[in-house]
Amino acid sequence: MNKPYPDAPVFDEDETMSRDELTFEQINGLRRVVCNAKNVEFYREKLRDLEPEDIKKPDDLWRLPFTTKEDLRQNYPLKMLAVGRDKISRVHGSSGTTGKPTIVAYTENDVDTWANLCARFLFAGGLRSSHFAHIAFGLGMFTGGFGLHFGINRVGAAIVPAAAGNTRRQVMLLKDLAADALICTPSYALTIAETMREEGIAPDDLPLSLGFFGGEIWTEEMRARIEKELGVFATNNYGLSELIGPGVAGECRYRCGMHIQEDHFLVECLNPQTLKPVKIGEEGELVFTALTKEAMPIIRYRTRDIAALNYAPCECGRTGARMSRVRGRTDDMLIIRGVNVYPSQIEEAMLRVSGAVSPHYLIEVDRPKQLDVVTLKVELTPENFSDRMDEMQTLRDRIAREVQVSAQIGVNVELLAPQSLERAAGKAVRVLDKRNLNH
Amino acid sequence: MKIHQLSLFLENKPGHLGNAVKLLAENNLNIATLSLADTEQFGILRLIMPEWEQARQLLAGAGFVVKVTEVVAIEVSDRPGGLNDILRVIGATGLNIEYMYAFSKRRGEAAILLLRFSDPDAALAALRAGGGIKLVTAAEMFG
Repeated sequence: MNKPYPDAPVFDEDETMSRDELTFEQINGLRRVVCNAKNVEFYREKLRDLEPEDIKKPDDLWRLPFTTKEDLRQNYPLKMLAVGRDKISRVHGSSGTTGKPTIVAYTENDVDTWANLCARFLFAGGLRSSHFAHIAFGLGMFTGGFGLHFGINRVGAAIVPAAAGNTRRQVMLLKDLAADALICTPSYALTIAETMREEGIAPDDLPLSLGFFGGEIWTEEMRARIEKELGVFATNNYGLSELIGPGVAGECRYRCGMHIQEDHFLVECLNPQTLKPVKIGEEGELVFTALTKEAMPIIRYRTRDIAALNYAPCECGRTGARMSRVRGRTDDMLIIRGVNVYPSQIEEAMLRVSGAVSPHYLIEVDRPKQLDVVTLKVELTPENFSDRMDEMQTLRDRIAREVQVSAQIGVNVELLAPQSLERAAGKAVRVLDKRNLNH
Repeated sequence: MKIHQLSLFLENKPGHLGNAVKLLAENNLNIATLSLADTEQFGILRLIMPEWEQARQLLAGAGFVVKVTEVVAIEVSDRPGGLNDILRVIGATGLNIEYMYAFSKRRGEAAILLLRFSDPDAALAALRAGGGIKLVTAAEMFG
């Protein structure tokens, strides 16, 4: 693996502003947001009694209303615009994984800001202007493709817009064009690794040295596997189309949490039930306010993503608070026989078993009678297939035991033939809840 | 003697076994004998084939999880007590049989017993030393 950091300056000096300067910027930003949001009917009524100058300290944020995904849906497609149509430079849509898509819009300044935010985390993860960056995201309504495209462009690296799907062709391009960086979802990175194995291509046959992964929940175990199978230094990044797209947060070379770009996004970590802040370092729902967006202001957006914040200074010099990996989503949290379970807990446990189990899995929940039954379907790999029945049973039992230990629930483990679960080029489907809770 | 065996992981659902067998048939590869171990969820299909190497590539290429293992082939006479004689000898060597299956080519002829030991080479040495056991080569088996 090439060393991604010959030296480590930041891409943009605003990334290292002091916390005091940051607070000052954030208060200014909040005032701007209040002012701009009054151009949106949805916010106008909610902000009736609040003027920009009423914002004097960061805590005044608590006087602002929340915004939910449902609010955005109800204002589909462009009712949240704070500027005229003539000022819009681009629109995108959420991936619509959980229902009807939501549309987001950008002014020219927003597009410019976005490219800069993506360039910051790409640079932080090691991308340099001499590199070739292969993006396995399509240039479509999804923010991933365009966001990273312009981010790479801003860093000055070469873009390989490979788009989604046709994994064999992706592998061919990675090899023939000798890309240095791969940008995709973590589950797709593993699909690429799988195809490489099928084609007899070893990690060393590719010069690939960097990987930028985001767009879905993944784990440290999965990172280790991706790094081994693709020979890359893998960093995690975070974003939501509702806020801007990728570029809300990303890891630096120390990889101890993703630096939130706090000069553009004010973050809160709240208890999703009480909506009060959790103690610093505890897990809660992340809530963001976009401080610089012009076209579509967004105030206290409830992401449903569960993570923890860390305000300790980072060795890299960036001052933005770091968010942990997203542990789960308040809406994909499963309640199994009364126990709260996030799919990521099951995944971690599964990958601990000799590391040989394929990370392609599906958690199926059903309630045949009164009790919830969880079936964990796991694809077998050639490495962990044994010709002996007893060893196969042991493998199954070990997975079930690990899940029991970390998620406190009993599961039936079902071993599947490779490639039997559907592969998604975008976000992987990990949970199938077949319970009919209405009977 | 040692015979190459292909072990295939099969999901226990309709058509899965058929797909593997069909692939071999279409490529004109003969199966000398087979055994199927199964649970309610999955099975392990074990195949003895003269062209095992070709079959392995074909099956792996089609996405099957396939593993090559070595089994020991022993001749056993097709009469009451035939198997008992063999097991007595093996028992005396202290070897543990992981699994075994048998097949006979024609009625009345000697049958062939296929045994899986964790260490086939050590097992062969012990069986040779034990005496009274006729080992079958691949050539004899497929001839």
